[in-house]
Amino acid sequence: MSLMSGPERVAAEDVRHVAELAHLELTPQEELRMQRDLNAILDYVAQLNELDTASVTPMTQVAEVIGGGADAGKLRSDKPRGSLDRKRVMASAPEADGTFFKVPKVIER
Amino acid sequence: MMRQLLEANLPSIYELREGITSGSGAASDATRRCFARIDEENSTINAFLALDREGALGQAERIDGLTAQGKALPALAGTPMGIKDVLTVDGLPATAGSKILDGYRPPYTATAVRKLQAAGAVLLGKLNCDEFAMGSSNENSAYGPVRNPHAIDRVPGGSSGGSAAAVAAGMAVATLGTDTGGSIRQPASFCGVVGVLPTYGRVSRYGLIAFASSLDRVGPFAATVRDAATVLGVIAGHDPLDATSSPEPVPDYTATIDSGVAGMRLGVPAEYFGEGLDPEVRAAVEASIEKLRAAGAEIKPISLPHTRYAVPTYYVIATAEASANLARFDGVRYGYRAKDATTLSAMYRQSREGGFGAEVKRRIMLGTYVLSAGYYDAYYKKAQQVRRLLTDDFIAAFREVDAIVTPTAPTPAFKLGEKVDDPMAMYLADIYTVTASLAGICGISVPCGESREGLPIGLQILGKHFDEKTVFRVGQAVEKQR
Repeated sequence: MSLMSGPERVAAEDVRHVAELAHLELTPQEELRMQRDLNAILDYVAQLNELDTASVTPMTQVAEVIGGGADAGKLRSDKPRGSLDRKRVMASAPEADGTFFKVPKVIER
Repeated sequence: MMRQLLEANLPSIYELREGITSGSGAASDATRRCFARIDEENSTINAFLALDREGALGQAERIDGLTAQGKALPALAGTPMGIKDVLTVDGLPATAGSKILDGYRPPYTATAVRKLQAAGAVLLGKLNCDEFAMGSSNENSAYGPVRNPHAIDRVPGGSSGGSAAAVAAGMAVATLGTDTGGSIRQPASFCGVVGVLPTYGRVSRYGLIAFASSLDRVGPFAATVRDAATVLGVIAGHDPLDATSSPEPVPDYTATIDSGVAGMRLGVPAEYFGEGLDPEVRAAVEASIEKLRAAGAEIKPISLPHTRYAVPTYYVIATAEASANLARFDGVRYGYRAKDATTLSAMYRQSREGGFGAEVKRRIMLGTYVLSAGYYDAYYKKAQQVRRLLTDDFIAAFREVDAIVTPTAPTPAFKLGEKVDDPMAMYLADIYTVTASLAGICGISVPCGESREGLPIGLQILGKHFDEKTVFRVGQAVEKQR
């Protein structure tokens, strides 16, 4: 739990690292503001440490509490079904050739 | 800067049916009145982002014609409705309030919307909201803020601000919104309308542009509890296209709505009446609870001891899920793509940088951080553990009481700009609503009074999983107090 203490949880380099993970390219001003906001929010979140949760099972879905969920009885039968019309899907793309989405060069050298 | 926008006098869903049955063209008339209202006020209120006049008037005429053809009227015959712009409607734009989806026209319709169409509703258009439903004031929309019809210098609440304001301003008889941490109930409270949070899994999420999948719900807004219950009855039910939707049968919510609260046990949790609660909100809510007691309800003080941990828990779980859900917006398949990027990874980064607004970036960053190596247990797992404690609070309380009554929001609508630079202050606007979101239980916000300035105040009623019936019953009793 030591990760949730300390005066400055998120350093400038952490902001840049997380932005990279999230595929965001923040401006220098955005980085500063983000560092300030993340530290404020995480300071607030740190109060969760007041609670001893060692024996508490994490709750990932409401279905765990009310029964049901994506169990076999509720899943769709495994039958092929129609999918969206390719032309209409492609019509929304910034760049497509009718069969494939087109993107800039993938491999950099 | 008060402005009265509220004398539209639209018919209820029931009145519309009567009108259509009498052959007076009530559906077309109501639809035209909604568009007239939109034409008059939308430039100020900014509730609607897109309109479908032709489709709506065509549908209204078809519905009006059913009577002459001797055909039965469906449940929402001729009801003019708007749809929050995070739900897809084939042929209409779906921006989610974001620049990154500017120009996107989804080729399919959300299940909840498809059910409205099948039930004879008239779809007027798409409604403004906070970007990807992230916000409590509707100021995070890339298409400008929505203004509160009760006072245009105030926010309508969020994220479903357009959905609440459209009903309040008489631009629609009912609307659909979505609620992840309070996004239906809080704007309903701010705009003086009824807003319903159905139980998690009650309404299909298929066609909802996902924010936080374990929390997201679709629900109705209306001017009355009965209309809201009627709309929920139509959109609820199992959907093979959403594995988290429940097979639980859908009861007739309106059948028991007038049964009253005599003998009902209503819990009043101390934690919702503490520091930070506006005195006028407290007074209105307490007065309403006293009237419920006078109507025969047993009012029981209860405790939901983990309440104060709900907002931090919510902001870890919701942002973690959002960071994963919003990974799909990468400039490849739909929406905005940065122009001059020469490599794929630069195109991803620049499209997302240019397409997302500040709050969305903040939440993606927070969510990515709490899920990143070394922090997962400390934040994400911890929050999921506290989520269970919060849920257990409710399960224990519902052994003692049939429903829980609280304020919906700590204050009436605040002013535009008041909280935009302080994310923490904004997040606390959801302090009484995120609890039910985390627990998956159902709820409703019903107007219960107003401040001296004439701003609406909402009462929140929370019910057990799948016990919307009880929530509507209490809501109806609150509505009758006024």
